[in-house]
Amino acid sequence: MTETQQKAKCITLKGSAELVKQYLLYGINSILYQRGIYPPETFEPAEHFGLFFLMSTDDKIKSFLATVLGQVEEWLVQKKVYKLTLVITNVNTKEVLEKWDFKVDYEAPVSNTVTIMAGGDSPLPEVGTKDVKTIQKEIREVIRQITGTVSFLPLLDCLCSFDILTYTVPDCGIPKEWDETQPVFIANSQEVQLRSFSTSIHKMDTIVSYKNN
Amino acid sequence: MSHLKYMKELNSLTRMDDAIKGPAPRWQKKHLEASNSSINLSLNASRKVISGSFVNTSNGKTPTKRSDIRTKRTPSKANKKSPMAEMLNLLLVTGRASTTPAKTPSGGDRFIPSRATTNFELGHYKLQHHADQDGDKGDNISPSKREMQRLIGENFHGGDINNMRVLSYQNKAPAPPEGYQNPLRVVYSQTKTPASVKASTRYIPQAPDRILDAPEIIDDYYLNLVDWSTNNILAVALGANVYLWNAATGTIEQLLELEGSDYVCSVAWIQEGPYLAVGSTLGNTELWDCSQMKRVRVMNGHSARVGSLAWNSHILTSGCRSGQIAHHDVRQREHLVSSINAHAQEICGLKWSPDGKYLASGGNDNMLQIWSSTAGQSSQTQPIYSLNQHQAAVKALAWCPWQNNILASGGGTADRTIRFWNCNTGACINTIDTKSQVCSLLWSTTYKEIVSGHGYAQNQLTIWKYPAMTKVAELTGHSSRVLHLAMSPDGTTILSAGADETLRLWKCFQPDPHKKKEPSDMKSVASRLKQSIR
Repeated sequence: MTETQQKAKCITLKGSAELVKQYLLYGINSILYQRGIYPPETFEPAEHFGLFFLMSTDDKIKSFLATVLGQVEEWLVQKKVYKLTLVITNVNTKEVLEKWDFKVDYEAPVSNTVTIMAGGDSPLPEVGTKDVKTIQKEIREVIRQITGTVSFLPLLDCLCSFDILTYTVPDCGIPKEWDETQPVFIANSQEVQLRSFSTSIHKMDTIVSYKNN
Repeated sequence: MSHLKYMKELNSLTRMDDAIKGPAPRWQKKHLEASNSSINLSLNASRKVISGSFVNTSNGKTPTKRSDIRTKRTPSKANKKSPMAEMLNLLLVTGRASTTPAKTPSGGDRFIPSRATTNFELGHYKLQHHADQDGDKGDNISPSKREMQRLIGENFHGGDINNMRVLSYQNKAPAPPEGYQNPLRVVYSQTKTPASVKASTRYIPQAPDRILDAPEIIDDYYLNLVDWSTNNILAVALGANVYLWNAATGTIEQLLELEGSDYVCSVAWIQEGPYLAVGSTLGNTELWDCSQMKRVRVMNGHSARVGSLAWNSHILTSGCRSGQIAHHDVRQREHLVSSINAHAQEICGLKWSPDGKYLASGGNDNMLQIWSSTAGQSSQTQPIYSLNQHQAAVKALAWCPWQNNILASGGGTADRTIRFWNCNTGACINTIDTKSQVCSLLWSTTYKEIVSGHGYAQNQLTIWKYPAMTKVAELTGHSSRVLHLAMSPDGTTILSAGADETLRLWKCFQPDPHKKKEPSDMKSVASRLKQSIR
């Protein structure tokens, strides 16, 4: 079964979740670098999807992203997450200056999910129809757009930190060291919708909201 | 008798201020024994009727014998007649209110609240409190409003928030290091340069006023090959030759030509007069009288080439490739006053302050030294300040003409900064990154501005506003680095010598025409006044 999938260059639910996770990882790192939230010395270039990304070398940021996105990947497989929000706040005033929404839509029918969650050995694992190459091309285009946003986003002229909020289904269990929080808003914000990409299982919309002065 | 009794009772009734006399009437006693609600019913009913019959009286006064009788009778009567009709009837017949309380049937069909037993404050509080709680739950809002809220929420969250859970990992990512500044600030603030250019109202021609050829000018950062005298004569060293260009007439004369493979390394005019000092590769410093085109004397004292020269009245200071500084008294036969090992490597910048108190020397060892000249002896063997902040050779040196203790210095390719020093304290006042090698610096005498000559990438001259250090103008045109700068004696024109073998004259410090007119206007006014007085 897997061999035929390989030949047909199809994508499984797990593979799709992994791709989405990678997109989130590179996208968030790009945002952290491009928006100048952390010193540029703490980033180093790495090539993925045929594109050079600047990835943070800070151990704390790396482990934070690894934990959060690892958990999100799990939820993506279980189709429990609706949205991820990268919130950029002023360290001193705690004011939300910018937020990046990554909305997830599940395109394939949800019927198989339970079986996959149960064993993973189900006879009919979910399979997307899209070629990985095309998906990666779409992801590249979104990341390029993220890089391009620097031209219109306002300067973050203060010490800023970031946080990631995960919007999940209500019956989602809360893992250890996670907690429920409040959603964030930016009053009088300007929103820009970037390109979206789809793995034919997960569809990803990226929206940036920033303070409109 | 009954009539008299009646009159007496009526009298006591109308006297409202009278105290209640005697024991409580029987009807009252009877009703007290009955249930609470029945008292209320009857009392209230009586009050209503009383107000209807215009007899303002308290409840306690109403009873009479007749009412007692009536009370006894009421139940039977009430069955036959409607209570209202009876009441009306009574009022018509007797004209008395006191009879009414008994009229009301005890099991009346109206609810009359008991105000005495009602705890209004508590009730009010409870009602309010309850309403508040409802408001919190959103239970008491209209369906349309609820729908509106739901839609707003969906717009905000991209879905019904009540069906979502917002989770976040509790071990937050670290904040950036304290004092860190967003490097993007440069990108955003870079656009300010043209704004500051606009802000200055003065017109600065972007093209050079004249271009002169300077064939074979040596492209060497460590030499000083151009100087402009107070007599408006420009001395330029081209290879082994020194040429004099009279800026007023435009005539060119050759002053000297060295023999063999020697070349001229530096030229410097004395502050006043026709004397020009010329440093050569042999280590000699020659003194020329340019009015007669004659060599006056040759002063030795160095073992290597003399790349920099500076005058302080009769003292000529020379800097050598070996790092030595020599002071020559040009009037004396024994010209060498002192010789100091100032730098570890070649000296490329040497300037006396305008008041002659300090000497600044910059070397290829990235050091900037400041020496003081105390009266009597022209120098000391130790510098008063030894400044190592520059990351490359320090060639560009310029003393501020209006603040004697301010020195500007520029670093080479690896440094690219202009630094300002207070030579009284040795403190670095300001530093600015020019993004390009600083080959030369000159202060304007007309404006509070400083001009710098740069190398790669633009080979431009930059005019800076001091002390704000905002760019006033950038003069581009040289196709290779700007090696030397010189200023005309009137302070209006800057000459730049480029490694592209051209000398360009920039009229960038033209005095403001409006400012010049003012004094003349004042004069004319004064003279007119004089005339009128006469």
